[in-house]
Amino acid sequence: MTQTILTVDDSRTMRDMLRMALAGAGFNVVEAVDGEHGLEVLSAHRPDVIITDINMPKLDGFGFIEAVRVDDDYRAIPILVLTTESDPAKKQRAREAGATGWIVKPFNPEKLVEAIRRVAA
Amino acid sequence: MDELEAIKVTFFQECEELLADLEGGLLAMQEGAGDLETVNAVFRAVHSIKGGAGAFGLEPLVRFAHVFETLLDAVRGGSVPNTVELAAVLLRASDILADHVSAARGLGDVDMAASAAMAAELEQWTDPNAAPAAASAPAPAAPVAEDVPPAVVADDDALEDDDLGFVFVPQTITVEAQAADAELIPSNVWTVSIRPKSDLYRKANETALLLRELNRLGPIKATLDDSALPPLESLDPEAAYVTWSVRVETDEDEAAIREVFEFVDGDCELEISRGEGSVDQAMAALLTVAESAPAVEPAAPAPVEIAPPAPVAEVAVAPPAAEPPKPAAPAAPPAAAPAAQKATPVEVPGPGQSVIRVDPERIDRLIDLVGELVINQAMLAQRVGEYGIAPSSNLAMGLDELEQLTREIQDSVMAIRAQPVKSVFQRMPRLVREVANMTGKQARLVMDGENTEVDKTVIERLSDPITHMLRNAIDHGLESPEERKAAGKNPEGVVRLAALHRSGRIVIEVSDDGKGINRERVFSIAVKKGLITPDLQLSDEEIDNLIFLPGFSTADKISDVSGRGVGMDVVKRSVQALGGRISIASRPGQGSTFTLSLPLTLAVLDGMVVDVAGETLVVPLAAIVESLRPKPEEVRPLGPVGSVLAVRDSFVPLIDVGLTLGYREQSPHPTDGVVLLVEGEDGSRAALVADAIHGQRQVVIKSLEQNYQQVEGVAAATILGDGRVALILDVDATIAMRRREGGAPRPTEPTLIAAE
Repeated sequence: MTQTILTVDDSRTMRDMLRMALAGAGFNVVEAVDGEHGLEVLSAHRPDVIITDINMPKLDGFGFIEAVRVDDDYRAIPILVLTTESDPAKKQRAREAGATGWIVKPFNPEKLVEAIRRVAA
Repeated sequence: MDELEAIKVTFFQECEELLADLEGGLLAMQEGAGDLETVNAVFRAVHSIKGGAGAFGLEPLVRFAHVFETLLDAVRGGSVPNTVELAAVLLRASDILADHVSAARGLGDVDMAASAAMAAELEQWTDPNAAPAAASAPAPAAPVAEDVPPAVVADDDALEDDDLGFVFVPQTITVEAQAADAELIPSNVWTVSIRPKSDLYRKANETALLLRELNRLGPIKATLDDSALPPLESLDPEAAYVTWSVRVETDEDEAAIREVFEFVDGDCELEISRGEGSVDQAMAALLTVAESAPAVEPAAPAPVEIAPPAPVAEVAVAPPAAEPPKPAAPAAPPAAAPAAQKATPVEVPGPGQSVIRVDPERIDRLIDLVGELVINQAMLAQRVGEYGIAPSSNLAMGLDELEQLTREIQDSVMAIRAQPVKSVFQRMPRLVREVANMTGKQARLVMDGENTEVDKTVIERLSDPITHMLRNAIDHGLESPEERKAAGKNPEGVVRLAALHRSGRIVIEVSDDGKGINRERVFSIAVKKGLITPDLQLSDEEIDNLIFLPGFSTADKISDVSGRGVGMDVVKRSVQALGGRISIASRPGQGSTFTLSLPLTLAVLDGMVVDVAGETLVVPLAAIVESLRPKPEEVRPLGPVGSVLAVRDSFVPLIDVGLTLGYREQSPHPTDGVVLLVEGEDGSRAALVADAIHGQRQVVIKSLEQNYQQVEGVAAATILGDGRVALILDVDATIAMRRREGGAPRPTEPTLIAAE
């Protein structure tokens, strides 16, 4: 069955990049523009894996992950965060919030798909 | 277009928006907005630009954005205080970032020296103690590097050749130890002990998936120790109780095995050793480390053996303790990895999120076609009228509906091409900063109505006049900070740029709080340049508008800024060519306001079709206040040739359009014709005399300049329903022409009219 990936990023460019890589690898992609929107889309589409940015308006990545993790319906969904290599502290915070894994930007499509494979049931 | 190229286009579009957000946020910070949301938004803008630039490998942009972002992060974190001075620096940095974006796009170059200087300045702000020349902090190495066993790096040659070889001594020992092991056991067998903590499951990681990953490295044999599992009644379903021991046969190195556990680092106790290892031994070692582990005799467990091919499926059979808090149907076999290359439809959820990209040429073509449709519909209506068909007939009613629909289609199509003026406005803050710097003035730009929408064709041509008006406002309008202080004003001048809709046109206002126009000087310059005669009596407003005369320039010295060979006369002409007009109002000591008004679209116009001396003309409906048939007693002669019309409490000059445009030598009496009371852009009124009115019509504007040449008093041309060409009257120019000839007196009591 085709797996659905939810991408949450305020940057259109980044959403497009993710979509291109994921759709190319056969995933179904749903998108959200910030954490708040992400929670809405989450309930509508029940994704298999979530990929989220950290810095976003309204509800940032940390808040979004925490919100997903306290919801009994969604807390078992793997979440990958998009981080930059220069910021290990952010990665640590994301993990504490409940991130399953991470993808270092800029990513290449193979790495991205591999990271999903590692966390997706 | 290649998909990646398309995303790149999106990226640059997004950059434009982000740069505008950045600038907006920084301006707010300069105004004293220190709230975290503003700072966060500013940070995000730079962060997103950097992120996208990284994806496309735009190195110089990434580097500059990185330094910029680092400082903003420090501001965000509070380690660098958010001050007005800082905002000024950040604004200049945003200009350079914009240059980098343009350069990455292949438009223009970056002044690399200025960029480097700015980067150094930003670093200085980030860390005042750092040496100014310090290079940007290199990204720390990936954490994986720490886990690489040093033995792999050790090189015999290096050891011998290097004087510092003693540093590596412990490593050589490691190599020997491993080599010794290798003699006893097959070198490609590893034993991995995994003892997950409940945190691992809390983060939606899954032991089964780890086993699946290990299985990708080579055949595995997993053993489960569930001896720590408490009785069911005391079992905490969220806790982790079990320990896995996995035998992996792989040619990969330890780093590859560790990488499998990258995401669960810290969330499980992990031991990796070469060789078969003793499961009991490894487990005992683990158990003594584990704090929460109850005391268990190592020999007690009866290990559950699991065959490698389907480790995931087996997990479901394992005790519930090994399961994540929410069973996530771990039935999918490892082969479920998505390898299918077929493209899947992309869903873009959320209201208002869907956007269609359309080639602008298609829209332009659509607009042209709708224009033709309007003409065609008018022609049809006219033919039907000629056949004397009753207005109540089905045919006439159907035609009415068609007209309605045509109009709606036209409005809808025009709305597609309408854009907010923001795209033009957002370029202006930078211009203001630069001009202010160059002229030594202090200026603050206040913008209003950025979301006012106007047709794309108009937007593209707004930039130049606005740029020039702003330059003029700062260069000529604002005083120097010293002069302003002396005049009791804030040394920082305010320049306001506003857009609004007014009676079917877009109005752009540029106002300053400077010294206003020095009328005496303007008058004397105009006389000196031979533009007017010294004895001419002019109102204040007329003197102000002298600056639009060709060959007029008030600046004492040709400054770098305004004197770029473009005078206000050129601006005025270019605005007029768009069917717009420009005027100025000034109050000494308080400032000036330039008002630029343009049609919302250059495609269509609502007009009144009139007959003048046998010619058919179209008068823009937007200019018409009312139409009336004057009574003889309302017409009063004034001067030798002129006459005025009494309209309620005031007198309005009567202008015969036929005479002004040169269609006839002798005006008929106004009472024989129809009068259109019109209002010019500056608010002045006039009564235009025509012979007959044919009614209102929407006409498609055809440029006269493009097809013929500019004619004074005529704004454009159109094609009427019967196929004839008709000229569209330029109301303001007509009033001005008549006034200049001295025939038409000025209206009385202008204030009273304005108050109506």
